[in-house]
Amino acid sequence: MAEAFIVGAFEHPTRKATDKSVGQLHAESALGALADAGLSLSDVDGYFWSGVMPNLGIVSLSDYMNLKLRYFDSSDVGGASPIVHVSHAVEAIRKGKCDVALVTLAGRPRSEGQATGTGARAGNALQPDSPWESSFGPVTSNVYGMCAMRHMHDYGTTSEQLAWVKVAASHHAQHNPAALLRDVVTVEEVVNSPIVSDPLHRLDCCVITDGGGALVLAREEIARKLSRPLVRPIGMGEAIMGQDGGRIDLTVSAGSRSAPVAFEQAGLARTDIKYASIYDSFTITVVIEVEDLGFCAKGAGGRFVADGNLISGVGKLPWNTDGGGLCNNHPANRGGMTKIIEAVRQLRGEAHPAVQVRHCDLALAHGTGGLLGARHSAATLIMERV
Amino acid sequence: MADARIIPAPNQNPETEPYYRAFGEGRFLVPVCLACGKAHWYPRFFCPYCGGKTEPRESRGEGTIYSYSIMRRVERPFALAYVELAEGPRMMTNLVDCDFDALAIGQKVRLAFKPAADGTAMPCFTPVPGER
Repeated sequence: MAEAFIVGAFEHPTRKATDKSVGQLHAESALGALADAGLSLSDVDGYFWSGVMPNLGIVSLSDYMNLKLRYFDSSDVGGASPIVHVSHAVEAIRKGKCDVALVTLAGRPRSEGQATGTGARAGNALQPDSPWESSFGPVTSNVYGMCAMRHMHDYGTTSEQLAWVKVAASHHAQHNPAALLRDVVTVEEVVNSPIVSDPLHRLDCCVITDGGGALVLAREEIARKLSRPLVRPIGMGEAIMGQDGGRIDLTVSAGSRSAPVAFEQAGLARTDIKYASIYDSFTITVVIEVEDLGFCAKGAGGRFVADGNLISGVGKLPWNTDGGGLCNNHPANRGGMTKIIEAVRQLRGEAHPAVQVRHCDLALAHGTGGLLGARHSAATLIMERV
Repeated sequence: MADARIIPAPNQNPETEPYYRAFGEGRFLVPVCLACGKAHWYPRFFCPYCGGKTEPRESRGEGTIYSYSIMRRVERPFALAYVELAEGPRMMTNLVDCDFDALAIGQKVRLAFKPAADGTAMPCFTPVPGER
């Protein structure tokens, strides 16, 4: 069986792209990741894409980049999609369906003035849940707000504990020149920022940015001829979780199903992971995910993230060392791509020296997509430096 | 109490029609499985637990607040919530006619139909006076 490696990674430097098209952001990201790998567009024979481009988006973009494909996948599960794509690309390469896989993500919600967390989304009237929910105004921040309210009720989680997630992200972002928000913030500043939707404050919410990113995966024979450090996916899990016919538990995510699969595949314990990228759409997302990933017990997430435990060089679980979605970048309202890219930087030893984890040979990237408090996807990816 | 938010009209389709028609007549229906007896929400023609055929049954519209969040960064703040119905399922809804700052998880609520922008009766909930 052919092995698959991540050989190229590129985060688009823009955070506001009024002068670029979405197609351009995809192509610039693709070219950046291919240049990083030492490959070109003509080497690509597998393409993985998701995004807000209805009606054959992957066909249009493949034609735009003039890709000659023998394998493609436009699975769209929201922000976790790029992590799912890496997993699917690994499977495709292992099965010989393609040799060089390209994964892209791009979008420009900031230029388009999208109120991602607070504005009503057009939604899709064909989704069977839409007639029962969209009128009540689930606009993202209030759905995650309900998760946080219930987590606080069940486990005594506090706003100060949630704030520590943002504080950790800001400590990392100060070292990232490309980050949208580079100022270090305190717990007090987070809890004193205006409430968006109870109990989430403005600084509990991720940024809205334009941009994108791309990854290139290749079959072992090709990967070993390239000059970049090799990163190998060794554990992959994915899951979708919904309301369970009305027996929804707002404190549990699909990560509780994707993570055990990934860890079992990798044959690793939680304590083996040196660095973790965990999707931070909101601070509460991280608290619930560290529990579901198994880094602490269910309900202990608030205590786990507090007191700098996620800060590289300070805490036990160095996390989102690029500044994450809370401070650095959240291109296309989808955090999965940047999660993988920073994990790859860490495994290559190419993170900023101030946040680089020493001897980082095993890392995890975890993402969610959709709304944690309604229905959502999760994908967990464990990687090793070869 | 601030001016209430205008509830946008819901999308409707043949599967939702019997429910929204009953709501318009002041009757709240919850689907119950004829095979396993379990109630579910949101309504489907089949049981999401066993695949059995379901029947809309009239409900008294009683429940408790499972969780809620007040959306504040809009012109007219509103309370999104999951209410746990006495029949079991937790349904997404709005809490209306109440002091948002006095809401609490576990509080008893009852059904209060509110008209959407097009007049459709929407199943919202309001706290039961004197109950926490």
